[in-house]
Amino acid sequence: MATFSTTAVEDPRISLGDHDILPPIRGGGGDDGSGPGLPDYATRLRRARLGLLVALTPVLMLFVSFTSAYVVRQGLPTLDPRTNALVRDWIPVTLPKLLLINTGVLILSSVFMELARWQIKRQATLASATSTPGVSAGDRIKIPWLFLTMALGLAFLFGQWTAWRQLAANGFYVATTPSSSFVYLLTGTHAVHLMGGVLALLVAGIASLLRRSLATRSIVVDVTAWYWHFMAALWIYILCLLEFAS
Amino acid sequence: MAVFVGMFLSLLMRIHLVAPTAALPLLGDIKPEMYLTLVTMHGTIMVFFVLTTAPQGGFGNYFLPIQIGAPDMAFPVLNMLSFWTTFLGFIVMIAAFFVAGGAPLHGWTGYAPLSAMQSTGPGEGLGADLWIISIAIFCIGALMGALNFITTTLDMRAKGMTMMRMPLTVWAWFVTAILGLLAFGVLLSAGILLLMDRNLGTSFFVPLVTINGQLTGHRGGSPLLWQHLFWFFGHPEVYIAILPAMGMCSQLLSVFSRKPIFGYKAMVYAILAIGFLGFMVWGHHMFMSGMSPYTAFAFSIMTMGIGVPSAIKTFNWLGTLMRGRIRFTSPMLFAIGFVSLFVSGGISGPFLAQPVLDIQLHDTYFVPAHFHLIMGVASIFGIFAATYYWFPKMFGRMMNESMARWHFWFSFIGTYAIFMPMHYLGMAGMPRRYSQLTEVTYLHGLVPLQKFITYAAFVTIAGQLIFLVNLFWSMFKGKRASDNPWEATTLEWTTATPPPHDNFGGHTPVVHNGPYEYSVPGAPRDYVMQSDPEIEPAH
Repeated sequence: MATFSTTAVEDPRISLGDHDILPPIRGGGGDDGSGPGLPDYATRLRRARLGLLVALTPVLMLFVSFTSAYVVRQGLPTLDPRTNALVRDWIPVTLPKLLLINTGVLILSSVFMELARWQIKRQATLASATSTPGVSAGDRIKIPWLFLTMALGLAFLFGQWTAWRQLAANGFYVATTPSSSFVYLLTGTHAVHLMGGVLALLVAGIASLLRRSLATRSIVVDVTAWYWHFMAALWIYILCLLEFAS
Repeated sequence: MAVFVGMFLSLLMRIHLVAPTAALPLLGDIKPEMYLTLVTMHGTIMVFFVLTTAPQGGFGNYFLPIQIGAPDMAFPVLNMLSFWTTFLGFIVMIAAFFVAGGAPLHGWTGYAPLSAMQSTGPGEGLGADLWIISIAIFCIGALMGALNFITTTLDMRAKGMTMMRMPLTVWAWFVTAILGLLAFGVLLSAGILLLMDRNLGTSFFVPLVTINGQLTGHRGGSPLLWQHLFWFFGHPEVYIAILPAMGMCSQLLSVFSRKPIFGYKAMVYAILAIGFLGFMVWGHHMFMSGMSPYTAFAFSIMTMGIGVPSAIKTFNWLGTLMRGRIRFTSPMLFAIGFVSLFVSGGISGPFLAQPVLDIQLHDTYFVPAHFHLIMGVASIFGIFAATYYWFPKMFGRMMNESMARWHFWFSFIGTYAIFMPMHYLGMAGMPRRYSQLTEVTYLHGLVPLQKFITYAAFVTIAGQLIFLVNLFWSMFKGKRASDNPWEATTLEWTTATPPPHDNFGGHTPVVHNGPYEYSVPGAPRDYVMQSDPEIEPAH
């Protein structure tokens, strides 16, 4: 029985020494995979995934840096000018319960994103098979997972905004206490990065409307999916940091 | 453009140091705060927009794909975005000169709390905000570039181009990109926190302070936190500036000695070791901060440890030159000049790596002398060497050799004339960052040396005009270059001059040999190109 695979063949390219496994011949082309010298789908997918992996490193470093600042700042004493004594100004912030609901929304969106990735992967796999006369992919109802993911992503962002307003209503503004500064900083920076993911989903949707090739759309969705999962994991980390390390 | 702005600012500083009361055309008097602005902007522009951008973003983008046999970078659109983002960052930086209050005066290191509040001095208002925003934009551009370099190197090498067949230039660009990837995110985070302190009233870096007797709204922040975050980026930045020049120098010493590079593998491991250790030593910039002597000791030992891979590289460069059939072309002169400057500038590193000596020398001219030689001018020599070497490939014409030699000797002698006396100034106790010291009694004896440095700076910068004339003259009138005028082995010399849009004109190179196969016994000529049929190893 024939099997369909749209993923890159494992290719242990990176090794040191004189007896390296040789890298495969590669193609060229632009970011969108258009133009002459277009590399094959597997090569483009592998390259895009590698690019994403590399791109996530500075995002990780950004939050590692914030975490280190969080830990250091938390332990710092400050001078009280009234008593002339060293005191701690770190007042823990009670996080709004809404953040838990937001977390659920983001996790659900991550599940939908994965379903969207599988959906387009299946489409790409079947595309070559259904081009054969007499072969049909069946009439399954297509659930718009990509759209649902985007909707949940926007819901999450709206939820975060509402949580900010709740914080402010409770008297915790950006500069109220160092802990509230970090709450706004970490949630805000995460939200900006998630907006990047929403934009990527929008690009995938537009690519679909513009009738870009299925392969191109599949790569965009695949890479966005990994980014989205990373954002979900990052949010859980941030929430744990704010809840348990304060 | 950035390098000329940076040089111009340094000239203004040099004039002011020897003639503090002189009124300059258009600028008038240079007041102490303006002097600090010049220091700040000279350092920032040179470090970020020259030393970080030119060797990596300039030559790397052009030659990395060709040297590994790829038609382009992995993500060309991202590459273009990286360029324009960097350019935007430069525009924002220059805009700081023209806003109310002018450009900031907090130094290129942006130490808090000076940089973290709007009211600490002229230029610390909107000018400082623009400075931070510019650095943040620059970080984003640099990260896009680093992403492209790493993906291209790992994923787009031609068939046969194993990691251990890559030219050392590619290794240097690759490791530099990794350093950038890990360092710029941290600088970006520090910049965000600084902007929040300045504009949202937070206290990440600002402790309880009073300005003119009035308490500010800040409390509890740590200026040292800024220093840690900044130098975690700042020390790798030194290697981001110099590693590409090291790669370039290694390449040229082999090409023009007509010998394989001495100890190729050792060179690769030394680059990796320098990159790794570069992240372990940031604390040596902070010996003055009152850190625990035990912590200082650890940073000191690690810092001196970097001397080992650096010495390996120097030893191998000299080993490559030894008994070579040296061709003293202009790129080779600049490569040898690089080695000289690297040794001269590097030798003062272990002095400053020792807390006891550093505390004595830290705020003197000894430190600018050290880092200008090793990080500044040595890297610039790498850029010049690369320009003379690759100009024929880029423009199809040779640069004028006589002018190039004049340029070299002006630059080489001029550099030493500027920065060697600066070491003596530092050892004699001349403090840095002060705008006006000619009237200080105990420094009177050093004024002639300051004047000598200023004259040397003028002559050296005038010598750069020779380079400019040569560059533009050679573009149009230079002697026509063949496809491989230096008889070099790497892949860029196998393609047409200038390279076609896809680098190899539809042809995909296949690599059979290492990058430095010179004087191979039994070979029909004294070099074997990487794409020539495979040869038996010559060593």
